[in-house]
Amino acid sequence: MEENAFYVALSLLVNLDASLYQIVVLSLQVSLLAVLIAAFLGFPLGAAVALWQFPGRGGVVVALNALMGLPPVVAGLGVYLLLSRAGPLGELGLLFTPSAMVIAQVILVLPILAALSRQKVEELLGEYREQFVSLGMSRARMMPTLLWDARFALLTVLLAGFGRASAEVGAVMMVGGNIDGVTRVMTTAIVLETSKGALPLALGLGIVLLTLVMVINATAYILSETAKRRMG
Amino acid sequence: MTSLNVPVNNPIELSAPPSLQFESVEFNPFGHRLFGPCSFKLDGPGPTLVMGPNGAGKSLMLRLAHGLLTPTEGAVSWSGASAPRQAMVFQTPILLRRSALANLRHALAVNNVPRKLRTELALEALARFGLSSCADTPARVLSGGEKQRLALARAWSLSPAVLFLDEPTSALDPAAIKAVELAVQEFHKQGTRVVMTTHDLHQARRLAGDVLFLSEGKVQEHTPADMFFRAPVSRQAQAYLNGELVA
Repeated sequence: MEENAFYVALSLLVNLDASLYQIVVLSLQVSLLAVLIAAFLGFPLGAAVALWQFPGRGGVVVALNALMGLPPVVAGLGVYLLLSRAGPLGELGLLFTPSAMVIAQVILVLPILAALSRQKVEELLGEYREQFVSLGMSRARMMPTLLWDARFALLTVLLAGFGRASAEVGAVMMVGGNIDGVTRVMTTAIVLETSKGALPLALGLGIVLLTLVMVINATAYILSETAKRRMG
Repeated sequence: MTSLNVPVNNPIELSAPPSLQFESVEFNPFGHRLFGPCSFKLDGPGPTLVMGPNGAGKSLMLRLAHGLLTPTEGAVSWSGASAPRQAMVFQTPILLRRSALANLRHALAVNNVPRKLRTELALEALARFGLSSCADTPARVLSGGEKQRLALARAWSLSPAVLFLDEPTSALDPAAIKAVELAVQEFHKQGTRVVMTTHDLHQARRLAGDVLFLSEGKVQEHTPADMFFRAPVSRQAQAYLNGELVA
C-alpha cells in the first residue's frame, strides 16, 4: 500500500509535507511570475504586430510562430550562457536562482503569448476596423480597446502560456540547478526522484502537479465561460 | 429634448449642415473600377437618400465620403476649413464586447470628452433612444433593433455634423424601423447632414429631401425627392422605380 503512487501523493498532500509545500509554492511563483511578465510584454507586442504594417512584418510573424516551439533546453542554454560567470550578465550573479528560472520561462512563454494574441487581435480588428476608423481612432488608441475586448480569448492564451511554463523541465533544470530548498520545482523534483528510483514519490509529485494545473485551468475556464455567456 | 451645457453636445442646429462635394471621384483598387468617375454636391437641406440596385456603389460612396476608403482619383471635399465631425451607422452595428453604457463611454473617450462628463452624456444618449434599461446589458446580447438604436445613440453622443447610415434598417422589424427613422429625422432636425442608403422605396419617400440615384458605380441623377418619385429623369431610375431589373 505504501508503494502506491496515489497513496504517496495523498499522504504528501494530507500531511502538508513541508518540503513538498515549498516545492509547489516555488513552482507556482516562478511560473506565474514568468507568465505575468511575458503577458505584460507579449500582449502589446502581439497587438502591435496585428495593428501595424511594417517591412519585415511577415518575418516577425513567422519568427513568433516558430519560437512557440522553442525547445526549453535551448532557451535554458541561452540563459545559462547569458548569466554564467563569463557571460555578459554574469556579474548579476543570477545563475542558479529562481530569478534565472523566471527569465528562462519568460523567453519560453513570450512567443506563445505574442503569436496567439497577434492572431486574436487581428481577428477582432477585422471585425472592428470600420467602426474604429469611423471614430477617428489612431492605431495606438485601438490597441487598448482591442486587448480589452479580446480579454476572454487572451485568458485562454494566458493559460496556454502557463501550461508551457509549469510543465517544462529543461530550462529550469539548466539555469536553476534543482538545488534543494532553493531552486527545486515540481518538474525537476520528479526528474530527480525518478532517477533515484523513488518512483512512487515521483508519481505522487506528478499527480500533485497535474491536479494543480487542472484546478487552475478549470477555474479560468469557468470564469471565462460565465463571463462570455454574460457578454454574448 | 434636453440640452446639456457641454461643448461636445452643443448642437450645430443654427448653422447650415456642411456641404459635401465629390469631384471626379473614382475608386479602382487593383485597376478594377468599382466606383465613378462621379461628381456631385450635397448642399441641400437633405436628408439625402442614396438609392440604386445592388452593386451600384452606394456603400462605396458612403465609405468614400466618410473617409473609410480613399479615392483612387479625384477628391472628396467639405465646406469649411476642415472635415466636419462625422459618424456612421452600419448595416450590421459594430459594437464592442462591453455593456451598452461602456460602448458609449468608449466612443466619448476616443473623442477626448473629459472623463467626468462621459457617463452623464452616455446616459443621456441612451435615454433618448429608449435604452436606459439596457445601460448595463452587454451590447452584444441586445436584440437587433436595440443594437441599431445603440449604434445611433453612439453616433448621437458624438454630436456629428454629418451622419452616414448604410442600410440601417435592412434587418429590422417594422417597430425597430420606425424607431430608426424617427432617430434619423431627429438628427436632421438638429442640423446634421444625413446621408443614408436604402432599398426601401417607402422609407425613402418618408425620409428623403433629395435622392441620389446610383447605378453601375455612377450617379444617374440627383433630384429633390418629390421630383424623383414623381418623374425620375434617368432611364435607370425609371426602371428601378417600376420594379424592373436594372444593372
